[in-house]
Amino acid sequence: MVPAAYYVGLSAVLFAIGALGVLVRRNPLIIFMSIEIMLNAANLAFVAFGQRHGSIDGQALVFFVLCVAAAEVAVGLAIIVAIFRLRRRLSVDELSLMRG
Amino acid sequence: MTANLITFWILAVMAVGSAVGVVLRRNPIHSALFLVVHLATLAAFFLKMRAEFLATAQVIVYAGAIAVLFVFAIMVLIPGREESGPDPLRSQRLLAVPVAGLLFVLLAVMLRSTLFSSAAARANVPGGVDAIGRALFTDYLFPFEVTSVLLLVALVGVMALAKRRVA
Repeated sequence: MVPAAYYVGLSAVLFAIGALGVLVRRNPLIIFMSIEIMLNAANLAFVAFGQRHGSIDGQALVFFVLCVAAAEVAVGLAIIVAIFRLRRRLSVDELSLMRG
Repeated sequence: MTANLITFWILAVMAVGSAVGVVLRRNPIHSALFLVVHLATLAAFFLKMRAEFLATAQVIVYAGAIAVLFVFAIMVLIPGREESGPDPLRSQRLLAVPVAGLLFVLLAVMLRSTLFSSAAARANVPGGVDAIGRALFTDYLFPFEVTSVLLLVALVGVMALAKRRVA
């Protein structure tokens, strides 16, 4: 049996990599992928802690995170497509206006 | 070193490597394919932790739906040029690396204190569809129903955002 600490440490590493991706990249698609990495890191920690405490609650929470991630990706990609139609460019640094 | 630990390290190297691949590759298609590998290794981790339902849901929802959505968006948007020009915020981006490192240190310290503070209470967790279904439809019934509303709102919102405006 692998100790829960290993899984939690791995999830911290993955979360930091995802945060780095959000900070460095300019392409909104890749920023979204980095957010997915961070969500998955949190899921891994949820399941590991649930295992450690012998409860199913961790897995139930991961189920909800999965649903929220699906909704978030759908809406986020629709927003990116709408912005691309308006601007013909995809760079988060240029999107500093709140209005089209 | 048991077989369990060996598979853990193999999967961990794959997960970290593919995550780094997502962040560093210039071509978004390569990033999306690395993301698929990453999500698959996480499904394998869930299997290792005896969470069979979550492993299946991970493959169906993430590797199935979300990865396809990403690839589809990349095909619609034809990206690739947006990160080629001069970088107006280069100093901030260089600062991002130590910030991410600091975040990792903070997380590690915090998780260390939570992991080693309480005594290990290792009961056997029932991981099958049976147990998680029971939890979802008893303790988590209200959040479960709210989830359906969330998905409906996302569906309607995406259609409102993506439709062409007929002027």
